[in-house]
Amino acid sequence: MNETIDLIEKEHMRLDLAETNVGDNVRVYTKIFEGDKERIQVFEGVVIRKRGGNTRATFTVRKVSYGVGIEKTFPMHSPLIDKIEILSKSKIRRAKLYYLRYLRGKAAKLKEKRD
Amino acid sequence: MGIGLLGKKLGMTQIFDDNGNAVPVTVIKTGPCRVVQKKISDKEGYNALQIGFDEVQKTNRINKPLMGHFNKGSVSPLKLLREFRVTAEEIEGNEVGSEITVDIFEPGEFVDVTGTSKGKGFAGVIKRHGFKGQSASRGTHEYFRHGGSIGQNMTPGRTYKGRKMPGHMGAKRVTVQSLKVVDVRGDTNILLVEGAIPGPTNGYVMVRKAVKKS
Repeated sequence: MNETIDLIEKEHMRLDLAETNVGDNVRVYTKIFEGDKERIQVFEGVVIRKRGGNTRATFTVRKVSYGVGIEKTFPMHSPLIDKIEILSKSKIRRAKLYYLRYLRGKAAKLKEKRD
Repeated sequence: MGIGLLGKKLGMTQIFDDNGNAVPVTVIKTGPCRVVQKKISDKEGYNALQIGFDEVQKTNRINKPLMGHFNKGSVSPLKLLREFRVTAEEIEGNEVGSEITVDIFEPGEFVDVTGTSKGKGFAGVIKRHGFKGQSASRGTHEYFRHGGSIGQNMTPGRTYKGRKMPGHMGAKRVTVQSLKVVDVRGDTNILLVEGAIPGPTNGYVMVRKAVKKS
């Protein structure tokens, strides 16, 4: 990667947000614009994937809502993210937790990591 | 056409605009360019400015005739020289040896970018012209990516000129029109343009004000 491009990307990065890791239970607060009104939407779930570098990085949060699995991918440095709350961390053995998609209920629970 | 700039494509990235949308941008290092020669219609038959970009570090690699050309305008040797057709008034405003920087562009403006596209070598009709090819099943035998028929029978008894066939693809001059300027950085001579431009990373490009959009 070119140094100049690296510098441009660094300017657009959000370093104020909490750093998420795969397996974390997070609450993502995003700004939503409806006409001229602005409100905050919350999405709570487990981070199952992180990809990309610098400004291009994204992370995917999965939750099960009324028995239906929902996944939402957020650009990690998007200005539309208000804040990220980390609720708990988990013991994981993979970088991508795609296997959670095939598990239901108690089987889909991750072991919590305690310090 | 107006004056433009010469530059080098540094690569692509993604930034966020004021509304929070991710915008794909190409980073171009443009200028500072120098005016090497003025061409006037009385003398050369047309009005143009010859612009140079990218200073040569090892001047002993410049041959004598070209060195003479640079010495005439007392400009340090440059790697790339290109001409821009301009009006007589624009020639007046630019002296030989004067610098042209990225500041001639403004964010929100539209530009045309010209470069040499990436070479694809000898390409077949599917890649080169977007033909569909043949069915992979139903008995097709060794005829998957062929172009099919190239004409009729006795009438006209020849293949028409301009028939799309396999051949060399890419590595030719390509212009992408009406690209939006996202950011101009005068201190580092960097231009950010929305979307893709022709050529590989580190390829030379020509940036001009858009002909069809302003």
